[in-house]
Amino acid sequence: MSIDLRDLYQDIILDHGRHPRNFRPIAHPTHTAKGHNPLCGDRVTIYLTLDGDRIADVSFEGRGCAISTASSSLMTEVLKGRTLAEAQALFAQFHAKVTGGEVHALPEALEEDGERLEPLTGVKAYPARVKCATLPWHAFEAALKGGAAEPVKTE
Amino acid sequence: MNDLAAAKPRPAIDACELRRAFPIYRNNPGLVFLDSGASAQKPASVIDGVAEFYRRDYANVHRGVYQLSQRSTDAFEAAREATRAFLNAGDANEIVFTRGATESINLVAQSWGPAFVAAGDEIIVSELEHHSNFVPWQMLCERVGARLRVAPIGSDGGFDLAAFEAMLGPRTKMVAVTHVSNVSGAILPVERITGLAHAQGARVLVDGCQAVPRMPVDVRAIGCDFYAFSGHKAYGPSGIGVLWGRYDLLAAMPPWQTGGGMITLVTPEHTEFQDPPHRFEAGTPDISGAAGLKLALDFIEGLGRQAIRDHEEDLTGYAIDRLSRIPDLSLVAAGQRRLSVLSFNLAGIHPHDVGTVLDQHGVAVRVGHHCAQPLMDRLGVAGTVRASLGVYNDRDDIDALAAAVEACREMFSR
Repeated sequence: MSIDLRDLYQDIILDHGRHPRNFRPIAHPTHTAKGHNPLCGDRVTIYLTLDGDRIADVSFEGRGCAISTASSSLMTEVLKGRTLAEAQALFAQFHAKVTGGEVHALPEALEEDGERLEPLTGVKAYPARVKCATLPWHAFEAALKGGAAEPVKTE
Repeated sequence: MNDLAAAKPRPAIDACELRRAFPIYRNNPGLVFLDSGASAQKPASVIDGVAEFYRRDYANVHRGVYQLSQRSTDAFEAAREATRAFLNAGDANEIVFTRGATESINLVAQSWGPAFVAAGDEIIVSELEHHSNFVPWQMLCERVGARLRVAPIGSDGGFDLAAFEAMLGPRTKMVAVTHVSNVSGAILPVERITGLAHAQGARVLVDGCQAVPRMPVDVRAIGCDFYAFSGHKAYGPSGIGVLWGRYDLLAAMPPWQTGGGMITLVTPEHTEFQDPPHRFEAGTPDISGAAGLKLALDFIEGLGRQAIRDHEEDLTGYAIDRLSRIPDLSLVAAGQRRLSVLSFNLAGIHPHDVGTVLDQHGVAVRVGHHCAQPLMDRLGVAGTVRASLGVYNDRDDIDALAAAVEACREMFSR
């Protein structure tokens, strides 16, 4: 087994891939959107309940690979209780890390959450798989923008 | 073939030796390439032959009075004749060059379709179709108000001939089916499908993309009306494809795309069009692609299509046996006859994760829906892992695949 693959499929990824957290619908979300990766057929639906600008609840449903399921699961864990500005900061840093962009430091209060997403950044070495990790975040963004009629696509 | 060769217990193709004819292997040592179903690698004879054609004989075709143009035209038309012979078609004028099978099928759907399919008519495709033999017919049906019907696979994964027969009727105008499934490798009984369809007055189009590189194909023996394939899946260049159609049908079809090279007379009021095949080849065609296609067909004929089929059948059997021993692996069923394409899933592991692990082991396979979403829905899966064979594959490749799949299982079971 190559060392590289262990970096991608870390224990925490396999755990969240198999036993995703917050994997449920929200009956009356304030925001929702679907994400679709037409390349592999992965589909995810993000549900949000906002209380002011704070994320009171967030969950997801769908089917996907270990990477996209784990990414959705970890995303919901770090987002719950965060403000929208904090959520955007987390996404910006995560996106930069997996796509090779310029990474800015997070405010101290978010550092721990940023580290929780760290295991997913192994996808950076697998260009074909980056979209698996970013799909739920794009769907989250789309949900905030009012939920597009069409699923947000990674292509 | 002499008696000695016929009596050989093992197929006559030596894949290991053959790989020397494919430069991709020289430049990618250790490559285990199991994605020929998506596109085949190219032998040096095709790569070098295309370059040589550009160096020696290239000019536009059907245009110039000068010798070079004539030589280029001769090469282009020689490719047409070679394709005719390859398919055992009756007339080289039945061979239309296209960009690929997708364009061939769209040509029929968009030219023949509106001229011969009306509201209330029916078109039948199979559940095994690639999107390229599905969506053009769906769009035609929407355009003219016809009904698209999908002939199902049976519980064994093969084409359900009885269900298809029950679907056929006087309203059926076109039956469009694949010769060999690009997902499961199932070989469809195209001769029988054609016989049943013709008995109802329907036309038949066969998508030969997966069949042409790996088994003898005789369009007159099949009896179908149209046959489409892509050059790049048959060891030829990408960008060239073929539509064979019965001449009387092509002659009754209106032009599809219009432009240079396909007219006999143009006035401000009116245009007269050439006869087939030129009527359907507007603009400068893929001249070098056609030259390369001929070289690819020569390559296939040089090995012998029955020999290729024997080789790939033997390897298919070995692969089924090898993969079937892997716990938690389920092969997509393919009915009674399967050739060279195997799809499978590992319980609890998404095909994309399998694909990434296999890639890290140097094994190139295709993962996803394989442009066959209706079939994926029928199978109840998001996608599959697909291994598909070429002449250069041997048992070592299958062993490497099996070992990589085992490693994948191990990693995900921790």
